[in-house]
Amino acid sequence: MCYIIKKVVQPANPERRITIIMANSTAIPSTPQDALVIAHKSFSSRLLIGTGKFASAAMMRRAVDASRSQIVTVALRRVDLANPQDDMLAALQGGPYLLLPNTSGARDAAEAVRLARLARTSGLEPWIKLEVTPDPRYLLPDPVETLKAAEELVKEGFVVLPYINADPVLAKKLEDVGCAAVMPLGSPIGSNRGLKTRDAIAIIIENSLVPVVVDAGLGAPSHAAEAMELGADAVLVNTAIATAFDPVLMADAFRLGTLAGRKAFWAGKPLEKLQAEASSPLTGFLGK
Amino acid sequence: MTFKGLLDRSDVPRLRQQLEGVTPARVEAALARSEPDFGDFLALTSPAAEKYLEPMAQRVHDLTLQRFGRVILLYTPLYVSNECTNACAYCGFNLHRQIERMTLTLDEVIAEAAYLKQIGFGHLLLVCGEAPNVVPPAFLIQILEALRTDFPSLSLEIYPLSGPVYAQMTEAGADGLTLYQETYQRDAYDLVHPSGRKRNFDWRLGALERAGQAGFRRLGIGALLGLYDWRYEAIALALHADYLMRHFWKSQVTVSFPRLRHTPEAFQPAAPVNDAALVQMMLALRIYLPDAGLVLSTREPAYLRDHLIGLGVTQMSAGSRTEPGGYLHPAEDRGQFLVEDHRTPGEVAQAIRQAGYEPVWKDWDQLLHESTAHENYRQRDAEGRS
Repeated sequence: MCYIIKKVVQPANPERRITIIMANSTAIPSTPQDALVIAHKSFSSRLLIGTGKFASAAMMRRAVDASRSQIVTVALRRVDLANPQDDMLAALQGGPYLLLPNTSGARDAAEAVRLARLARTSGLEPWIKLEVTPDPRYLLPDPVETLKAAEELVKEGFVVLPYINADPVLAKKLEDVGCAAVMPLGSPIGSNRGLKTRDAIAIIIENSLVPVVVDAGLGAPSHAAEAMELGADAVLVNTAIATAFDPVLMADAFRLGTLAGRKAFWAGKPLEKLQAEASSPLTGFLGK
Repeated sequence: MTFKGLLDRSDVPRLRQQLEGVTPARVEAALARSEPDFGDFLALTSPAAEKYLEPMAQRVHDLTLQRFGRVILLYTPLYVSNECTNACAYCGFNLHRQIERMTLTLDEVIAEAAYLKQIGFGHLLLVCGEAPNVVPPAFLIQILEALRTDFPSLSLEIYPLSGPVYAQMTEAGADGLTLYQETYQRDAYDLVHPSGRKRNFDWRLGALERAGQAGFRRLGIGALLGLYDWRYEAIALALHADYLMRHFWKSQVTVSFPRLRHTPEAFQPAAPVNDAALVQMMLALRIYLPDAGLVLSTREPAYLRDHLIGLGVTQMSAGSRTEPGGYLHPAEDRGQFLVEDHRTPGEVAQAIRQAGYEPVWKDWDQLLHESTAHENYRQRDAEGRS
């Protein structure tokens, strides 16, 4: 009795591979060089962490350290890039991670582009998490303005990671204009509701040639694991860590959840979701 | 529909009356609801809910933590002038009061602002009385333009303006507008506003709509607690916030809770609001409006302010002087109201940290300035639809 997985969607796009695994074989890939690659930069952690909502800058730094995250997002509106004594920037200094500024607060493409340019002229790497959220309540991203801003920023040489609703067509369009990743939401920012957009995210993962980072709404390590099991390349978490009773412990829990999901993905967890082929096909009588 | 239309149609007196009939079971049902609606809000505002302040507070704590995190935004007012043509019975700037009148020059404003910036403030609220001949919009625009490079956020708390003039303000660098209706009950309003331009209730009531259309990113409302039954005001505030959020969905609505405590001379608030009532009002509004910023000023004493951190408050002023020029040259008898929390901004920040929250001095950026809204406004204006 054996079955064949027809397709395992491998991460680390764009080298999408089709792997055939025999369930009773030992040919399961040993732990691969499982790096997250975004715009030629390689990261060993697949958990991105946000820095808002913490009770203090020091607590934020401890949580960031515990998460072992290598990409840390910072809201440009929150920091004073001209001020070397800025609390948040000072706390983040010298860590083994890339600071990824975001354009939180921008409500149209022009505002987002202005913020991104400011970040670059202040000496940050030209990476930008593009957030265009005209509605201050649910902070849902504006697809039209996001696409417009993405196109402009890519042209200006930015590595652009846009925060989007889980819209598979928009994800492809952003990829087409040159975005380095796409960041679909699991549920509204800060809602802790988990992967409410699961089916649409599965389609995005299936089609994407750039890394898919599930951003927003992940309220528990199990949600992060679920996204990773589904084949997401990474997850971004902020509120659930920052507002936990013990943010440092929760950061570690998310690290493990992300890792668990990733391992499950490699172990073939999506198998149950993909079509399995019976050893005695029902249409076998039709002959070859 | 304008908000005036909505307010008239909503029949607040009838809604207020209904609160008396709310049962404890109805309050419990409201508390059990995951997404409370307006009916639930009414239940939580009722006398029956007075016995449920603790579970309401628990819920508010969680809600605010989730939505805003462990942070309190600090801001401070900068009074430009205490000249006023109104005779508001409760106000220190009432034109009949014998106080030294003073309007800062542009240089004096800049000097006060520089002092506040050096303390660390990034969010500044410019305040003046209603004396457009002394502090005309053109002067305010000059001030905004002078300060915009130094402050990530500039808000206004000034006399009501027309839509096009509001648009000039956003263009000059203002991102927030705060304007209290004082009371949403017309008779009570008339009683305490005997003369001056402020007698026009409806002009004031429509100001936030004009500001929203002009592209202000933060719209601040409030009732001066003590002028009229707080439950009535709470209902009107909820309606107003709801209206503004729907119509100006790109702007954040904030609600302030200015409470008349020590009023000048012989004025006695008609409906004093005690601490428990203030807290119930804040809690009910937070549960109904999880995304609204809730603002608490230095009108309230340190003890109460410290205890309200974590109960829905998201923004606080600190170290406020309510007299023009008061940061560099304090003169309490020129102030608009008596400040009760006398701590320095540093001490307030320390108290916030002690409560387990981070004091935030900057949460905005001038680069986020309205790029298109004023143009939209002009366009709409030209089409005669504003």
